[in-house]
Amino acid sequence: MDKTVNQKAWFLVLPVLILVAFSAVIPLMTVVNYSVQDTFGNNEFFWTGLEWFEEMLNDDRMWGALGRQLMFSGIILLIQIPLGVFVALNMPKKGFWASFCLVFMSLPLLIPWNVVGTIWQVFGRVDIGLLGHTLAALGIDYNYTNDPFDAWVTIIVMDVWHWTSLVALLAYAGLQSIPDAYYQAAKIDQASRWKVFRFIELPKMMGVLMIAILLRFMDSFMIYTEPFVVTGGGPGSTTTLLSIDLVKMALGQFDLGPAAAFSLMYFLVILLISWVFYTVMINLDKREG
Amino acid sequence: MAKITLDNLAHSYLPNPKSEDDFALKELNHDWDDGAAYALLGASGCGKSTLLNIISGLLHPSQGRILFDGQDVTHAPTAQRNIAQVFQFPVVYDTMSVYDNLAFPLRNRGCDETYVAQRVQEIARMIGMEDTLRKKARGLTADAKQKISLGRGMVRKDVNALLFDEPLTVIDPHMKWELRTQLKKLHHDFGHTMIYVTHDQTEALTFADKVVVMYDGRVVQIGTPEQLFEQPEHTFVGYFIGSPGMNVLPAEVEGTMAKVGSQTIPLAGGYRPASGKVEIGVRPEFARLSQSEGLPVTIRRIEDVGRHKIIRAQFEGHDINIIAGEDDPVSADMNRVSFDPAHVNVYVNDWRIAPDRSQSVGEAA
Repeated sequence: MDKTVNQKAWFLVLPVLILVAFSAVIPLMTVVNYSVQDTFGNNEFFWTGLEWFEEMLNDDRMWGALGRQLMFSGIILLIQIPLGVFVALNMPKKGFWASFCLVFMSLPLLIPWNVVGTIWQVFGRVDIGLLGHTLAALGIDYNYTNDPFDAWVTIIVMDVWHWTSLVALLAYAGLQSIPDAYYQAAKIDQASRWKVFRFIELPKMMGVLMIAILLRFMDSFMIYTEPFVVTGGGPGSTTTLLSIDLVKMALGQFDLGPAAAFSLMYFLVILLISWVFYTVMINLDKREG
Repeated sequence: MAKITLDNLAHSYLPNPKSEDDFALKELNHDWDDGAAYALLGASGCGKSTLLNIISGLLHPSQGRILFDGQDVTHAPTAQRNIAQVFQFPVVYDTMSVYDNLAFPLRNRGCDETYVAQRVQEIARMIGMEDTLRKKARGLTADAKQKISLGRGMVRKDVNALLFDEPLTVIDPHMKWELRTQLKKLHHDFGHTMIYVTHDQTEALTFADKVVVMYDGRVVQIGTPEQLFEQPEHTFVGYFIGSPGMNVLPAEVEGTMAKVGSQTIPLAGGYRPASGKVEIGVRPEFARLSQSEGLPVTIRRIEDVGRHKIIRAQFEGHDINIIAGEDDPVSADMNRVSFDPAHVNVYVNDWRIAPDRSQSVGEAA
């Protein structure tokens, strides 16, 4: 079939181009601009080339933050995905309690990051916090402000509390889409509970679970507010994740060049991992179709 | 294989059914003979799926018992009944291969692998899927998936009955015939008791030895396709089966005559005067149009459907249909209709009544 060529069609794309340019491309370019120059104030800039990138790649501080970040995302995925699926499996399928559970579970998702951080910051305090004080009264040595392990436990439990609902809701939606006939057939085939999960529920949930993993990965990889409010990246730099480190560098130390190089690499890492997820998801879809 | 007995069975979805209207399935006694093929036919919402789910144990009846070979299984769970069911939408385990799908019920019951392999091969041959055993079930067509769910049912040797819940709904028209023929052959070769739920009369009549027609939660007639055609026991059977359905006309019946409006129609037997809603029913196939014989009729239109012509007409203010053979001439001056007396049935309150004396209508047919 012959395609009609009409160059005026470009005008139809123009609004999107302008929008994306102002919302993403131009701001990103200013960062690129900083990353290849040095400045000593007075709006004077000196060309540095790839020096900042080299410096950052050889910087233990950044590698440390990246390592902690990967560990954080890994741990919360390992907890939230199975836990979310488990919760979804045990939610009522219909009736008043189903709606109740849905609303009740969405509550943590509606709380602003900052508030979540503050809640847990207070909750965990040994002097006045319900959790911290109770643990201390039970004789457990818990203090997130000077014990790195306790600090990690606190920010992980906080994230699990905040976001497991999202995974559960997505998994629940996946489960609800399974027709009753599948369960009836499984009964007739005398499939065990585990086999029903393994061969019916899990395959049908695969699509939404991939989305849940992607969302939770991206979100946790970029997390800033909650751990910053609770621990401020401490004790020391033991809970300094990538975003926290970046802010410290850019705004705390005003090292604009290295911070710009840092954020570009940060951006590329997220892009890369998301692309991998996306490719896997598309292939899963194809296999299904 | 087993004989399935329904004893005083009824079901209501309400916790405390009060009147008969509250029952989705009204009281029913019936034996499903071992090795026979039945079709459960009825419009949507008539209770046929309820009945099927009670037999398969997915639903527990609010009253009555269900027996497999004399053994009470009313409260036995599905898994213990050894029945197989094919659902409206194909149910296959997507991530498994066809082989594993077929082996699944056997493996769950702890059969050893050599037996499983042997049975799966046999079943694959029966359903004609030997070549695709290694394929993943996910990518298969709807009809192939439906064959797998059928195979999964038959793979167990001790299966009591095969139940089908409108299994051809999602199958392409040209595959429907093939699958139905294959099903019929499987029944012929292996003699499973089969119960086939459908709202498609062609499916029911071609598949089953006996058709169970349901209407409003009640079984209105159980019979061979021929009986349903010749002698509908209920006006619903008359107009649900047949294309177009039976003509049902309000009448007054006296002796061997039925009066419709001002016209009199002869009957094959004598009837006692009856009270209630009295109607006569005659299939379009047994009405004949002619120039001189019979009663006056007004023709509205004629539809030529190829094999025959359907004449839509009015008789004493009631719409009736008449079927004329493809080669029978139909002309403008043919404005009289006659009914074959042997095929005029009399209904009181929708149920057929037999003639009172001598020559009964049914046995002649």
